[in-house]
Amino acid sequence: MAASAKRRRGWRKRLGALARFTGALVIVGGLYSVFSPSLYAQEPDANAIDSEAVKGQELYDTSCISCHGDDGEGIEGRGPSLIGVGSAAVEFQVNTGRMPMAAQGAQAPETYPSFTEEEAEWLGAYIEYLGGGPSMPDDLEALVEHADVGEGGELYRVNCSSCHGYAGGGGALSSGAHAPSLEGVSDEELYQAMLTGPQNMPVFADNELTPEQKADIIAYVQYLVNDDKDPGGVFALGRYGPSTEGLAIFLVGMTALLLTTLWIAGKS
Amino acid sequence: MKRRKGTSDSLLTKAGGELDDRFKLAGPTRVLMNKVFPDHWSFLLGEIALFSFILLLLTGTFLALFFEPSMVEVTYNGAYVPLQGVEMSQAYASSLDISFEVRGGLIMRQMHHWATLLFMASILVHMLRIFFTGAFRAPRETNWMIGILLFWVGFFEGFFGYSLPDDGLSGTGLRIMEGMTQSVPFIGPWASAALFRGQFPGTDVISMIYIIHVFIFPLILLALITVHVGLVFAQKHTQWPGPGRTEHNVVGYRMFPNYVMKQVGFMLFIWGVVAAMGGLFQINPIWLFGPYEVSVVSSASQPDFYVMYLDGLIRLFPAWELRIPPYFTLPAVFWPAIAGMGLSVVLPLIYPALERRFTKDRGHHNLLQRPRDNPARTGLGVMVVVFWTIGTISGGNDVFAETFDISLNAMTWAGRIGIVVLPIIAYYLTYRICLGLQQHDREVLAHGLETGILMRDPDGRFYEVHQPLAEPDEHGHTELEYNGWVVPKKMNRVGALEPTEKGFFKPIEEPSQNGGAERRDEIESGRKH
Repeated sequence: MAASAKRRRGWRKRLGALARFTGALVIVGGLYSVFSPSLYAQEPDANAIDSEAVKGQELYDTSCISCHGDDGEGIEGRGPSLIGVGSAAVEFQVNTGRMPMAAQGAQAPETYPSFTEEEAEWLGAYIEYLGGGPSMPDDLEALVEHADVGEGGELYRVNCSSCHGYAGGGGALSSGAHAPSLEGVSDEELYQAMLTGPQNMPVFADNELTPEQKADIIAYVQYLVNDDKDPGGVFALGRYGPSTEGLAIFLVGMTALLLTTLWIAGKS
Repeated sequence: MKRRKGTSDSLLTKAGGELDDRFKLAGPTRVLMNKVFPDHWSFLLGEIALFSFILLLLTGTFLALFFEPSMVEVTYNGAYVPLQGVEMSQAYASSLDISFEVRGGLIMRQMHHWATLLFMASILVHMLRIFFTGAFRAPRETNWMIGILLFWVGFFEGFFGYSLPDDGLSGTGLRIMEGMTQSVPFIGPWASAALFRGQFPGTDVISMIYIIHVFIFPLILLALITVHVGLVFAQKHTQWPGPGRTEHNVVGYRMFPNYVMKQVGFMLFIWGVVAAMGGLFQINPIWLFGPYEVSVVSSASQPDFYVMYLDGLIRLFPAWELRIPPYFTLPAVFWPAIAGMGLSVVLPLIYPALERRFTKDRGHHNLLQRPRDNPARTGLGVMVVVFWTIGTISGGNDVFAETFDISLNAMTWAGRIGIVVLPIIAYYLTYRICLGLQQHDREVLAHGLETGILMRDPDGRFYEVHQPLAEPDEHGHTELEYNGWVVPKKMNRVGALEPTEKGFFKPIEEPSQNGGAERRDEIESGRKH
């Protein structure tokens, strides 16, 4: 008797523990689903496709599909999957003429864009619809307006100069790839490039460089390539530093003086 | 000294007399004023180095007035907007102030830097002239060695100057030097720690190299230049062979007034070129580089051109690291950087002795050799030039690759293969070209000049009429000895055209057009060959 009561109490105890455990699971799971964003919140939904994405899909199916495959899934050896790259990447690649790519090579060269900016937006909307991804902030103009050029300079030198160079003139990378010159690049393109890391460029996501820091860098780059007037002279020698300076001393200085030696020795 | 009667009693003469009475100047001054220098454009190359050195002392003194050789951290509050509020060393801040706030500071900085590049470039060109003409032969080996030392002291003097502003580029240069120093077996780490007083970059290196840059090395350079020029005076200048020129005389112009006037004019011209470059061409824009931080290395970080070939060798050399367990490691950078630099110092220093040994030529030489007359030496020289040029281009191979849209990997491999193969090809080609030029000289001496006049025999054979340079023997040959100087190769040189006054670009007087017919008769009398 005592033994069965003990057994019954044990059962109850176990049932109670199970109930408490289930309750805790429900609470934790409920809290989690309330506070954490769903991983699949932007899962494609046939009903959600809007008119822009439809137009984008039409363009995609005629101009991009041969390399990036059906529904942006990518084709091995031709083009990567575009699921999750986001509209910022699409707009950067298309608006700078890098995509559609003329030919497979070390790197897509910058050319004249094949689509209008509106069409690029449609394409972006379609890729966004396929798998989400980073997009541009709405208030970039205001961010750049309030940016700190000095802070941007320090961030630029640490994060960007190792490829684009101190003066933003670009630089060589391995196997024929290169970091392009930053001259004449718009604020939007600079932001898109940092956000999405096109070609060989690393991605500077918002947890690495905040939107404010990106704006600082943009302000510095624009100062560097537009407002710094090269106070040192009429010829900046491409701002390449010692390599072109060495060329100049031989082609200009030594040449002028060798002609002078001929002139002086000839006049006797 | 008693004044003789009948001399002009002008104020100048009087002043000169008074001075001579007190300081005994007349004797040495007369010797100096009457000293003769041979006149040839290639003898003016060393002067470019000399006069740019004087300009370096002048501009450097100006810069030293405003430069703070200190690595104390300050917050910049000067005129250059993007660096305002940035932490930097006082050395960098004062360099920015020189560039943006000191009146005339930027052009002085730029002239100082351009004059440095000109100094090193003219030393190289001057050295090539000395080498290819054999001017380093006895009795002038010592002066050749002093010249080599001048290059290397100038090399480090320039490198230290490049390091002083403590900007991003100069710090990267120091970092590479630290790596090179550490690669020396056994003593490397200790030497590096002594240089930077501990870990790189430390807080003292700028003030230390400042004293070396503005005091110790300029003093060494000044002393070496004095001895160098003094020896040229004492040993007398070499000269090209030619009419009236022997191993025992010097044909040319006297120091005063001719040579002095030319030299002063040349000096002002050199300074003018440097000033023009300082004003027109931006050099070393330190404000773009930012303050030096160890974590910042920009792409296209190059040293100045005279260091660039070493950088190129480092870039080209494969990563061959030697490890002997348990402790010894010899990094790959040792071979191109330390061994390469060591050879670049030692080989030129001992070259005159090597050449003496191999040619067994123990004589004294005051007459120069034309490069073609010593094909082996000329070939070696071209070999070194090709090696150096490939090294230098490889030092900037990323800029080259980016500018001309070539793969950087392809540049590296082209450099690796080229630096081994091309010097050998260059030696062979140079050797053959020298022999060909020699042969052509001998041919003209033996057979005469080509006149460009074709004749046809009655039997239909064509031949070119040659103008012999002397009375030919029965076979149409002339026995003329090559004397080491230019052999005329054109009819104009032997009076086919009337003599004209030389101008800089074209003759001042055009040759007269009449009288050509007579000369053609004369040419026809030349033997056919």
